[in-house]
Amino acid sequence: MTDLFFYLFATLTLGCAFGVVFSKNPVNAAMFLIMTFLGMASLFVLLEAYFLAVIQILVYAGAVVVLFLFIIMLLDVKEENKHRVKPLTWVASLIGFALLILGVVAITSSDNIKATSESLPEAAGASLKNFGYELFTTYQLPMQVTGFLLLIAMIGVIVLSKKVKTDS
Amino acid sequence: MELTDIAIKSIYAIVVVSVLMGFCSYAVLAERKISSWIQGRVGPNRTTLPIIGSIPYVGRFLTRLGVFQPAADGLKFLFKEDVTPAHVNKLYFTLAPVLSLVPALTTVVVVPFGYFENAAGEVVNLVLADLNVAILFLFAISSLGVYGVVLAGWASNSKYPFLGGIRASAQMISYELAMGISVLPVFMWLNAPGTDGTLSLVDVVNAQGGALWNAMWMPGSFLIFVVCIFAETNRLPFDMAESETELVSGFHTEYSSFKFGLFFVGEYAHMLVGSAVVAVLFLGGWHPLPFMTWADFGVHGWLAGVLSVGTMIGKLCGFMFFFMWIRWTLPRFRYDQVMRIGWQMLLPLSIANLIVYTFVIYFLERP
Repeated sequence: MTDLFFYLFATLTLGCAFGVVFSKNPVNAAMFLIMTFLGMASLFVLLEAYFLAVIQILVYAGAVVVLFLFIIMLLDVKEENKHRVKPLTWVASLIGFALLILGVVAITSSDNIKATSESLPEAAGASLKNFGYELFTTYQLPMQVTGFLLLIAMIGVIVLSKKVKTDS
Repeated sequence: MELTDIAIKSIYAIVVVSVLMGFCSYAVLAERKISSWIQGRVGPNRTTLPIIGSIPYVGRFLTRLGVFQPAADGLKFLFKEDVTPAHVNKLYFTLAPVLSLVPALTTVVVVPFGYFENAAGEVVNLVLADLNVAILFLFAISSLGVYGVVLAGWASNSKYPFLGGIRASAQMISYELAMGISVLPVFMWLNAPGTDGTLSLVDVVNAQGGALWNAMWMPGSFLIFVVCIFAETNRLPFDMAESETELVSGFHTEYSSFKFGLFFVGEYAHMLVGSAVVAVLFLGGWHPLPFMTWADFGVHGWLAGVLSVGTMIGKLCGFMFFFMWIRWTLPRFRYDQVMRIGWQMLLPLSIANLIVYTFVIYFLERP
C-alpha cells in the first residue's frame, strides 16, 4: 500500500517538475510548481514527517508560488517565444547534469545507505517537539547562518530596488 | 488499514461535507434575511412548495420565513445557461471555482465538533482526523484557497476581474502572517514545559474545559485573529476582491450560473470553517460555560454527544451572525487602508501580543 502511494506521488512530483521546466506558458509552469510541492508534501507524509509536509505546503505552495503568480500577472508575461539556446548554456547544463548523475551514483553506492535497514532513527521532522528541539540545539548554527543569509538577501533587494534621491 | 475502516471513514467524510453544504445554503438565506432585517426590508418570503406550503398556518409561516428559498436558489444555479466568454483562458476559467471550493471543504477534516462517551465510559472525540499538526494543516490548506481567486481574476482576461485577483493575492498573503502569529500564544500555553508537543485542535478544546476560555484572557489574540479571519474569507470590510462599487463584482465578474454558484458556496464554506476555528481556538469549543463542562452538569453518554455538538453549532451560528452583522454595518476599507492595517498595525500588534504572552506564560508556568 505504502509502496503504491510512493510510486504514485513520486511519479506526480517528477512529472510535474518536468512540466515546470518545459512549459512555455509561465502560468502553467507556476501551477505545475504547486503540484510538485504538493507531491513532495505527500512524500513527506509517507515518511511520517507530518510537520515538514505541512510546512512545505504552507510556505511554498501557499505563499511563495502566490508571489510568483502575482509577479507573472503584474508583468503580463506572454508565452515564451522560441529562442536559440546559447552554446555556453548547453555546456553549463551538461556539466550540471553530469554532476547530478555523479552525486546520485555516489550516494547509492555508499555504505551508509545500505546499513540503515536495521533500526531507523526517529526523523527530526516527525514530531513538532523533536523538530524544535533539534533545531535549537544540534542545528543551531546552520539555522542562524540560514537566517542571516535570508536577511542579507532581503536587505539586498531593498537596496537594489530603492531609487537613490540626490539633493540638487 | 482495513477496507471497512476506509469505507467507514469515507461515509463519515461524506456526512460531514453534506452537513456543511446544507449549512452553506441556509447561511445564504440567513445572510439575506439578516441584511433585510438590518435595512428594514422583509427579505425572501414568496418561494413556496406545492404541498408543504399549503398546510394552514405552518406552511404560510415557513414560506414567510423563506425556508424554501435555498432550494430555489440551488436549482437556479444548476439550470441557468452557463456562459463562458470567448476571451477567457478556458482551462483556468473552469478550474478556478473548483480551486476556491475544495480547500474550504478539505479544512473541515481537522475541525473537531463534539464528543460522546461510549458504553465503556471512554471519551470519543467527533473529528474526521485528529492530526498532531491540525492548526498548521488548516492554515496550509486554507492558504491554497487564494489560487481560486487569483486564477479566476487572471483567466477572465478582462480588467475588473484582474484587479480583483491582484488585490486578493496581496491581501491574503499580508493577513496570513498576522493570523499565524496571533494564535501562537494559545499553543504556547497548550505546550507548557513538561507536556508532549501538540498542535491538535481537540487538545485546545480540552484545555479550555473547566478553565477560562482563551478569548477571555487573550483578548488581543482573539481580536487580531477575528480581524484576520474577515480578511482571509474576503468578507466586508475587507472584500477587496469583489468591491462591487469599483470593480463591478471583482474576480467573478465574468462568471455565471454553476461556476458562480461554486464561488458563492465556497465563500460561505470558508466562513463556516473560519467560525468553527474561532469557536474551537478562543470560545471554548463544545464547553457550555467557562469553568464548566457538560460532565460538570452531570451529562454523560450519548446525551453529552448531542449537547456538545449542539453547543458547537450554536457558537458557530452566533459567529456567523457576527460575520453578517459586520457586513451590513461597516463600510468597506480603501485598498491602501487594508494594506496599512495589515502590515503596519496588525503585524506589529500580533508580535507585541506574542511577546507579552511569552512573559505571562513564563511566569504562570514557572516550575
